[in-house]
Amino acid sequence: MLDVSGLKAGYGETEILRGVDLALKAGDIVALLGSNGVGKTTFNAVLSGLLSPSAGRVTFQGQDVTGLSAVALVDRGLIQVPEGRHVFPNLSVRENLLLGGYRRARANRAANLERVTTVFPRLQERMTQKAGTLSGGEQQMLAIGRALMAEPDLLILDEPSLGLSPLLVEEMFGLIRQMNEEGLTILLVEQNVLQSLEIANRAFVMENGAISLSGKASDLLDDPDLQRAYLGI
Amino acid sequence: MLDVSGLSKAFGGLRAVDDVSLTVDEGSLVSLIGPNGAGKTTLFALLTGFHKPDAGAVSFLGKDITGHTPERIAAAGMVRTFQIVQPFAGQTVLENIAVGAHLHLPLRSDALDRAREVSEQVGLDKRLDQDAASLTVAGRKRLEVAKALATVPKLLLLDEVMAGLNPSEIRDVLPMIRRIRDAGVTILLIEHVMQAVMTLSEKSWVLNQGRLIAEGSPDEISQDPAVIEAYLGPGMAARLAARNASAAGGPDA
Repeated sequence: MLDVSGLKAGYGETEILRGVDLALKAGDIVALLGSNGVGKTTFNAVLSGLLSPSAGRVTFQGQDVTGLSAVALVDRGLIQVPEGRHVFPNLSVRENLLLGGYRRARANRAANLERVTTVFPRLQERMTQKAGTLSGGEQQMLAIGRALMAEPDLLILDEPSLGLSPLLVEEMFGLIRQMNEEGLTILLVEQNVLQSLEIANRAFVMENGAISLSGKASDLLDDPDLQRAYLGI
Repeated sequence: MLDVSGLSKAFGGLRAVDDVSLTVDEGSLVSLIGPNGAGKTTLFALLTGFHKPDAGAVSFLGKDITGHTPERIAAAGMVRTFQIVQPFAGQTVLENIAVGAHLHLPLRSDALDRAREVSEQVGLDKRLDQDAASLTVAGRKRLEVAKALATVPKLLLLDEVMAGLNPSEIRDVLPMIRRIRDAGVTILLIEHVMQAVMTLSEKSWVLNQGRLIAEGSPDEISQDPAVIEAYLGPGMAARLAARNASAAGGPDA
């Protein structure tokens, strides 16, 4: 479904991505792991059309989408939940969700609103509340729910467990696994190695702007190179 | 050479550096590592006078320098570089380096001589007449080191000199850092590029959320459960320990 080859990108003269190769198939849940500052968020920015690559190619559902704008990518069903949630704090939960279905799947908004609240019952209880007053975990659910409103073909989650309490992290990973089991293809970009590898079927580890390790998630957990990728030894 | 005890600094409610104590021996090449936001750069700023600590003391070469100004600390022989390099654009590489040399050398000819000498140490001797702004990222990082080195430091604090460099540029920088140490300058570096730190430094301190969570050789650090959890996330230390135990000869071994 997604095929990335030789992707390079950076800011000004500083090259961050130095040739990233990554692929995922429909129905996959793939984890992209790596230490702080290796380029994961830059990779997401390129995939979502927020940053233009300087080289390489991105193919999505058989079409070359390299360098397309964020809007064009959303229209094609590639939807990202950004790191840090970025909900609209002064809009209600309901308004936030409806905005997720503003561009794509607009005709299905009522049905999708229903579907999202089935996945996240807690949002149902808070429909009229301002998003800024939600807890961190609820805001994360809202950010994911807002993305689901666009009926993604591929959902990219950037650090969904960031800043959540251990109990909520557990719940969040459970929900992500559940969405995948219901057919959603997911690219999970995470720092939490253990939980990510437990729910992913494949994983890629990024190191200094390139993929240094990849394979079946269950194999990677026992790969000595995993520790080396983070700690250098 | 450097003695830090109980150093703390808070910004509002955030304890950026929290009760940090460490000792750097003369002639060593050591490092400070830790995830983003751990407080590494803040600690550098406290050591070199760019921030004043809320508590604790810094002693350098046996003298208390806590709360001294950056220029006084530099004159005493402790100098830092910055992660975001800002050369004097429009000036040549030689002039940029000479600015550092003027700390101890009032005569222009002396400062220029010192700058030329330093340029050889960092591999910029072929670029002396070039505008500093025209250097590549790797070149500017070298220039940043050169400016600090021109002040004739006894202790050099390097803040992420390898950030933004590609793997081959990193390989080229490693011997430069070793040469500087071998020429008699003690080095404490902050680095994100883990493989580089592990090959380069004799000892590391690991900072996480403002506190030191481990210290030791690269080998010791990489096996430390607190470090593994800080880098790979919760649960991974136990998981890796279990794997290593079974790899070492089965569950009964």
